[in-house]
Amino acid sequence: MNRWATWLWLAFLFSIPVWMTNQYYLYILINAGIFIIAAMSLNLLLGYTGQLSLGHVAFFGIGAYASALVSLGFDLEITDSYTFVFAPRPVWVGLLAGILVAGFFGWLVGRISFKIRGAYFVIVTISFAEVVRLVALNWIDLTEGPMALNNIPPLTLGIPGLWELTFWRKVPNYYLVLVTCILSYVVIARLVRSRLGRAMIALRENEPLAASVGIDVTRSLVLAAVVSAAMAGAAGGLYTHTIRIIDPDVFLFIYTVTMVIMVITGGKGTLAGPIVGGLIFGILPEVLREVASPEVQWVMYGLIMIAIVFFLPDGIVPALASWWRDRFGAGGGGAESQSEPGPGPEASGTVTDTMGERA
Amino acid sequence: MLEIEGLDCRYGKVRAVRDLTLEVREGELVTLIGANGAGKTTTLKAISGILRPAAGRIAFDGEDITRASARAILAKGIAHCPEGRHVFPYMSVQENLDMGCYLRRDPGGIARDLRKVFERFPVLEERRRQMAGTLSGGEQQMLAIGRALMSRPRLMLFDEPSLGLAPNLVETTFEIIAEIRAQGVTVLMVEQNAYAALELCDRSYLLESGAVTLTGSGAELLDNPHVKEAYLGG
Repeated sequence: MNRWATWLWLAFLFSIPVWMTNQYYLYILINAGIFIIAAMSLNLLLGYTGQLSLGHVAFFGIGAYASALVSLGFDLEITDSYTFVFAPRPVWVGLLAGILVAGFFGWLVGRISFKIRGAYFVIVTISFAEVVRLVALNWIDLTEGPMALNNIPPLTLGIPGLWELTFWRKVPNYYLVLVTCILSYVVIARLVRSRLGRAMIALRENEPLAASVGIDVTRSLVLAAVVSAAMAGAAGGLYTHTIRIIDPDVFLFIYTVTMVIMVITGGKGTLAGPIVGGLIFGILPEVLREVASPEVQWVMYGLIMIAIVFFLPDGIVPALASWWRDRFGAGGGGAESQSEPGPGPEASGTVTDTMGERA
Repeated sequence: MLEIEGLDCRYGKVRAVRDLTLEVREGELVTLIGANGAGKTTTLKAISGILRPAAGRIAFDGEDITRASARAILAKGIAHCPEGRHVFPYMSVQENLDMGCYLRRDPGGIARDLRKVFERFPVLEERRRQMAGTLSGGEQQMLAIGRALMSRPRLMLFDEPSLGLAPNLVETTFEIIAEIRAQGVTVLMVEQNAYAALELCDRSYLLESGAVTLTGSGAELLDNPHVKEAYLGG
């Protein structure tokens, strides 16, 4: 039954551009999708390892800038007589570069801060995002600073001369973001159920005990940070090539806060949490924009957020899951998994669900 | 099997363990007894590599492990069953046991050892799908012991296994530890319940203010007037 639900859900998502002809709505969905990817990447750290990155937007922005610069090309005056010239590359190379560069910085920040962890990691990530923002603002030779990078090309796929598709319009971009979302989801779902994923969850639950069973604490956390940063970088790259203009405001703290809100309200440490949170807080501002003046919008946004956190402290997904279980009893799935011997992949699925409920 | 010489451990300026020397021979059940804050837990942490000693030498099978990582020490066959029923509360019983063999790569051996753990603790098999945090205190203790056994240790370190357990469970826990030893696992146990610890062990060390003040067989210490007065209630 679960499988059917998944396929139906996917079919629905893929069908949206067919019946939804309003391009503005598609734009909202594309934006929400990009933020969902970023929120999923944050959830890997915040939800599964328990480490709060309050500078996650840095990885998003680094991915965005790296991808834009690689696809636009740039030149840097190194000495008076020598200028380093980087010729424009295809956009997919840029996206890849964005992922790699963001992943590298994830490794760097992880290496520096995970020896101490906790509050220190939070501080290091905040400062890191601020430093990156200042660099983007002031290194005008490279980033154009507040003048922004303009005319960033959209993605082109295909075989040159034979068949090509450039992602100018909303519909192909919608599918691009949707496919990336699904890929990110699969990566995280597999990772969480892997050996490394177990190690990450064990660290969140009881670090001294995790160390005593032989988990390499720093290494596991750094690996999680690399995957998380690379995924945020991918989201940033998609953002750049769909919006096609980028300025240092992409590094503003408010975007990190938005991601954290998406993860927390959706349900941290659950696979579906960031998706639900991302949909709500990706679409909500746009809905509010139509019904209220900007000042009222922010107040309503805030009130809705407080209501969710207050009434559903574990997030929406865990609350729904436990409501479902109460309503339809532990019957069906529960009893089945009780009698089922051996820890199959299904078992870990059940466990992850229940874990989400309480984590 | 385990030799400790001149061990010194500090928390900042506080010397928690001073010039401690002890030995555990293969197949023995040795206990460390003493009051709160005598340095018993610190000693175990130093052995398992969770804590870096300030000075001294720890050797396992003649090999220096003083500066080895917790992982390396575990891989050599020393398992630590920490104080206070340490389990991963939001993982199932099965997953907790899986974590115990995190470093092992022999599926056949793991399956056999899992079988053994379930034979020893049938309740864990009944509850293998249940979250560890929902188990009773005694069951969590069994799970912690089971998990430590899953690493197939040659030396097991127990830290206050009876702490906070109901009296009948205390007895069961000590029986389990005796049984583990009977199957050839060497045991070093820290225990505040001096009487039970001395009854159970081959040899014991009395720690006071971070230093060994007395050592001998369990019977010898039970007869010692100082031990009687200070630790056995006269």
